Amino acid sequence: MNPNLYLWLIPLLPLTGAAINGFFGRRLSKQGVSAVALIFSGAAFAMALRVLLSLSSLSLPYVETGVSWIRSGSFHVSFAYYLDQLSLVMLMVVTGVGFLIHIYSVGYMWEDEGLWRFFSYLNLFMFFMLTLILANNYLVMFIGWEGVGLASYLLIGFYFLKDSAAAAGKKAFITNRIGDFGFLIALFLMIQHFGSLDYQKVFASVSDPASTVATSVLTAIGIFLMVGACGKSAQIPLYVWLPDAMEGPTPVSALIHAATMVTAGVYMVARSHAIFDKAPTALLVVAIIGTLTAIFAATIGIAQTDIKKVLAYSTVSQLGYMFMACGVAAYSAGVFHLMTHAFFKGLLFLGSGSVIHALSGEQDMRQMGGLRKKIPWTFWTMTAGTVAIAGIPPFAGFWSKDEILWRAYSQGPNKIIWALGLLTAFITSFYMFRLWFMTFFGEYRGKLESGDHSAHGHDDHGHGHSGIHESPMVMLVPLMILALLSIGGGFIKAPKFLEPVFQTSAAVSGPEGHVLATQSAAPEESGDKSTENTLMFVSVAVALLGAALAWLLYLKSPHLPGQIAESLGGLYRTVSNKYYVDEIYNWFLIAPLIAMSRKWLWKGVDQGLIDTVINDSAHGTSDLGGALKHMQSGNLRSYAAWLTIGAAAVVAYMVWLGAH
Amino acid sequence: MVPLSYYLVLSAFLFACGVAGFLLKRNIITIFMSIELMLNGVNLSFVAFAAQWGKLSGQIFVFFVMVVAAAEAAVGLAIIIAVYRTRETLNVDRVNLLKL
Repeated sequence: MNPNLYLWLIPLLPLTGAAINGFFGRRLSKQGVSAVALIFSGAAFAMALRVLLSLSSLSLPYVETGVSWIRSGSFHVSFAYYLDQLSLVMLMVVTGVGFLIHIYSVGYMWEDEGLWRFFSYLNLFMFFMLTLILANNYLVMFIGWEGVGLASYLLIGFYFLKDSAAAAGKKAFITNRIGDFGFLIALFLMIQHFGSLDYQKVFASVSDPASTVATSVLTAIGIFLMVGACGKSAQIPLYVWLPDAMEGPTPVSALIHAATMVTAGVYMVARSHAIFDKAPTALLVVAIIGTLTAIFAATIGIAQTDIKKVLAYSTVSQLGYMFMACGVAAYSAGVFHLMTHAFFKGLLFLGSGSVIHALSGEQDMRQMGGLRKKIPWTFWTMTAGTVAIAGIPPFAGFWSKDEILWRAYSQGPNKIIWALGLLTAFITSFYMFRLWFMTFFGEYRGKLESGDHSAHGHDDHGHGHSGIHESPMVMLVPLMILALLSIGGGFIKAPKFLEPVFQTSAAVSGPEGHVLATQSAAPEESGDKSTENTLMFVSVAVALLGAALAWLLYLKSPHLPGQIAESLGGLYRTVSNKYYVDEIYNWFLIAPLIAMSRKWLWKGVDQGLIDTVINDSAHGTSDLGGALKHMQSGNLRSYAAWLTIGAAAVVAYMVWLGAH
Repeated sequence: MVPLSYYLVLSAFLFACGVAGFLLKRNIITIFMSIELMLNGVNLSFVAFAAQWGKLSGQIFVFFVMVVAAAEAAVGLAIIIAVYRTRETLNVDRVNLLKL
């Protein structure tokens, strides 16, 4: 018998914090607001730790049934919570990294007037994210899914007086809406074909060999789920919102737009692996989208100059990696990369926030350089993150990325996926070391120390220091912890730990081609071992090559990048303008949509039809009243006459009735 | 025995007188009395039918009409007094404040 874990408390704790700060935060002191936010998010982390510590006495999956929500015929949804290895990993990442980023935010946002608002939103985000990962059915997951979208919108538009921030918030929300539409259709299909949204029931009927549900239906469900994942996890073609989301405060970029929320799509696909295992076409779509996004976003990352934009495109690219892993049915590798990515990308964002803080809001890397000596703690922690994401052993990113590349090679439908993944690894290493060299090495190119203090960038949290300064301890300690996790996180045996979740499906799914072979094939086979080692050397070599190239171009001979950009001409401009994707969307989707809405929906339907009907019926009623008001003459005898005529009419009618 | 039709003709005549007075007269009290005349015309046909068919229900109905008429007289006369006190007239054509 399992001990009671009180899983429902874990999401509820941050919600309480959000409510307290949201309702009373304005009247609390800054210390009070921070204390509330930290206590409740820390308590959620403590609860998660308690779950982790009682793991040995648990028989997973553990289900906790809560209140019944919808009951309609045989269809039933309740607020139930579900814990298995997969949600446990997510739980630890979300509460752990989330708590660290809460601590960091105390330092980063201290000077901001809206501190209470910020922490209220941040706690609200934690609530929805925990609901998403602990849900026992797709509908409760969908609540969390929508809720994190809301929190993301509120936090991107946190500096809502700035037009670009408000617009970025809207863009994120609307782009996500498109993805959510796909998710909803997948849910409707599940209700239609399985009659339930509970994980166990859906997966059981999917894996049932006697199942009558056609593969085409499963493929449709899988693809629509992937549409939802594309929106939330910023994959082609819906990735455009994530780079703009960097308008939000940097801790938000770290927590929501790098470590946790954007990985919800990966989690959802991994959670639905039973469906994808049965629908190879949908799985192929996942692999293709993931691979293309990985390489596409990585190339954009090369030419960005805003430090946060580089990291944003890097996030899109790394998420592509995770989908690539899921697409070759290596879910455990994908989730492993999700975990290590949360560590090192959270670290990199917080580190970039520390750099921006040090430079009083400067985000342009061309205005940085030589910061190594001035902010040593930030430099060293950022170094750990950079090396980790580049995939250099023994840092965290190496283990997960190598696992993905190996699985893509050994069980992918095509070696092209592996080749593109390897190329992405090279580009990743290049642009990350480019960022590292441009920020921390060479000569300082900004003008902060020369007394000119007007160079406030867009992340305008006004802090009153001047000159370059290291961040306070409250910001550095989370950086250090995340740096340790980025160094050692790869030794956590997450894939092994996750195996039971994904193995069961493979065991049940039966002979289903290459998809099945994947999960049960032991990677330890001796023939594969040498291939695996070779591949490992190749990926390390590629990572080092990327770093070396960055060193050559941005440290050894800094005049070269300009010349290369010059000689590439149009290609360089295309890349640095993000392939003009935003412009293309604008011309081909948004502008026609606005024109159509204006011409047909507004002028035609709204003004032409709805307004006309309403106004005309009002005018008609008024005219009729105008005509009839003459009956109210005030002459009592005319009323009497009307009365008599009426009575006479009734009598005449009754006589007529009697006559017939 | 007087035939039924005689009663009915008389009843119709009384009712028609009432209607005519109701429509043509200007004095509120006269209008009021015309209403009573109509009621009594109807009462007459009730009792005539009751006698003709040998049933009591017609007579009982007359009692109800008389009770209602008495109540109406009480309320109506009170209203007439109130109107006279405020308007100082009993001409209905001059009691016309409620028009548009």
